[in-house]
Amino acid sequence: MSTHTWFDTYDWDTVQRAIYTTTARQVERALSNSRRTLDDFQALISPAAQAYLEPMAQLSHQLTQKRFGKTIQLYAPLYLSNECQNICTYCAFSLDNRISRRTLTDEEILREATAVKELGYDHILLVTGEANQTVGVPYLKNAIRLLQPHFAHISMEVQPLDQPEYEELIAEGLNTVLVYQETYHRETYRNHHPKGKKSNFLYRLDTPDRLGKAGIHKMGLGALLGLEDWRTDSFFTAAHLHYLERMYWETRYSISFPRLRPIDLLQNDTITSKSFERCMTDRDLVQLICAYRLLNEEVELSLSTRETPRFRDHVLKLGITSLSAGSKTNPGGYTVEPQSLEQFAISDERSPAQMVDVIRRQGYEPVWKDWDKTLTGV
Amino acid sequence: MFTKQTTNPLVIASKSFSSRLFTGTGKFGSAQLMADALLASGTELVTVALKRIDAFNRQDDLLAHLAHPRFNLLPNTSGVRTAKEAVFAAQMAREALETNWLKLEIHPDPKYLLPDPIETLKAAEELVKLGFVVLPYIHADPVLCKRLEEVGVAAVMPLGAPIGTNKGLKTVDFLEIIIEQSRVPVVVDAGLGAPSHAAAAMEMGADAVLVNTAIAVSDDPVRMATAFKLAVDAGRLAYEARLARPSVVAHASSPFTAFLDEL
Repeated sequence: MSTHTWFDTYDWDTVQRAIYTTTARQVERALSNSRRTLDDFQALISPAAQAYLEPMAQLSHQLTQKRFGKTIQLYAPLYLSNECQNICTYCAFSLDNRISRRTLTDEEILREATAVKELGYDHILLVTGEANQTVGVPYLKNAIRLLQPHFAHISMEVQPLDQPEYEELIAEGLNTVLVYQETYHRETYRNHHPKGKKSNFLYRLDTPDRLGKAGIHKMGLGALLGLEDWRTDSFFTAAHLHYLERMYWETRYSISFPRLRPIDLLQNDTITSKSFERCMTDRDLVQLICAYRLLNEEVELSLSTRETPRFRDHVLKLGITSLSAGSKTNPGGYTVEPQSLEQFAISDERSPAQMVDVIRRQGYEPVWKDWDKTLTGV
Repeated sequence: MFTKQTTNPLVIASKSFSSRLFTGTGKFGSAQLMADALLASGTELVTVALKRIDAFNRQDDLLAHLAHPRFNLLPNTSGVRTAKEAVFAAQMAREALETNWLKLEIHPDPKYLLPDPIETLKAAEELVKLGFVVLPYIHADPVLCKRLEEVGVAAVMPLGAPIGTNKGLKTVDFLEIIIEQSRVPVVVDAGLGAPSHAAAAMEMGADAVLVNTAIAVSDDPVRMATAFKLAVDAGRLAYEARLARPSVVAHASSPFTAFLDEL
């Protein structure tokens, strides 16, 4: 079974109609089931389920504690480069944004790593744009080799790669790869990705399969919430997860909730801010987080600094299992060149130490380390 | 000499334990709360995941909180997917933590964390040869337990239910066979969600139980740890006192065998 088979099982409009015509009865049935299906998830993300948000949140809280305990994992992104050959309408690193481009050298990577390490982190997420000449597989391999001695857990969010390339990076110590489909709506996907390798919808859609075949330990999925109808896109994300869990049963999975954030655009030497129609409210996002937990007790749910302090503090106990904090979304942002242009504006500027306080005050234990290289013999 | 209130000690690999409650160290709201709960539980053997600790660093927060003379560390290999990875991790654990005791956990399935019997048997055989005291986490599979016994494990740790589910002794029929057949101690591990589950396992004749989630995630881990301690002691005392079982002997009349008396 290839990816396309699961994808072709679902028709966007049919799914959307089903979500928006869900009845209260269907929501109640989904809530009372002890093992939930994709149909139940569909009901739980529907407008009809908004009236059941409190019981959903309570259940989600209980199920998350049972599996993950009173702990929150912490990680930090490390942006290696903002060079990119793609045009993506929502991203500040887009090829058509006339910003100065920077790719970190070995020495700069290590300086940034030291700064991140000093904040307490043992789990690092490497991020680049898509520019195969400068930040292709040899560059990534070198970066992992440099960082591997300093971090227990290395994750990566870069362009989709081929299976042998993933195998090469896994052998160097890569543990986790995040690859978001952005949207599962083909037409919308095309509109937002008009140029570059990323415009190939199906190649991106098949990426988790290539990762699974390469034997990746953990992969992260998600849709860029705000590009399309979040409910329908989230159903497709959940269906994708459902398919992958059965195909690649030795891999762990995480879901992220990137909501579109304002970006800075540089044109004729002036910086203008581009914001997006707010397609998803805080209430919607809480509903989505709880719905994922009710569907899947084991999946990790991750929340970035795109979200506001108030929101993060409140959802910390509702189903989330990992958080970033004190993040810089520009290459060199921690120490090398703090003023360079960020990929997106973060909302929670608190330091990791402040975040640790917040977590502890809620009776939770911040977890810096949840992996060890020796477990894979690296 | 033991008083009427104390149970017989448990011996694993020549080491004697007066507490038959083994504990996990994950999922607690803080390291201090964990230490307090473990002390209250009376446990003498605590398992710690290699992935969670910086094993070579004595300042590691979790390890520092476990530095108590009563706690013996039982490093576990949670996270490995193969026998080869488990052996590699075990050697690192032995070097860093200076113990040759090992809870062998190989669950390639990260969703339900169910143990791989094939890789576990392979790794156990090799680790025993390398001088480890191996306690394998396994399904409640009586044949696998005998095979593990043959390769020299120090105890077997069959599951009561999937890890972290709090469902209790779902595998009870198989656990009874394992307990009946085993020549090594049987530690019921995983799935025990209430003190009554632990007591039931001990009444059946399990040599010990391992509990984590039910203590760590409760609203008051110290009190819950105490409850488990009492339950384990009660269950064991009942077992040693030869618990009366529901009678299977018919009392009223003997329609099938009465004729024998008439001969």
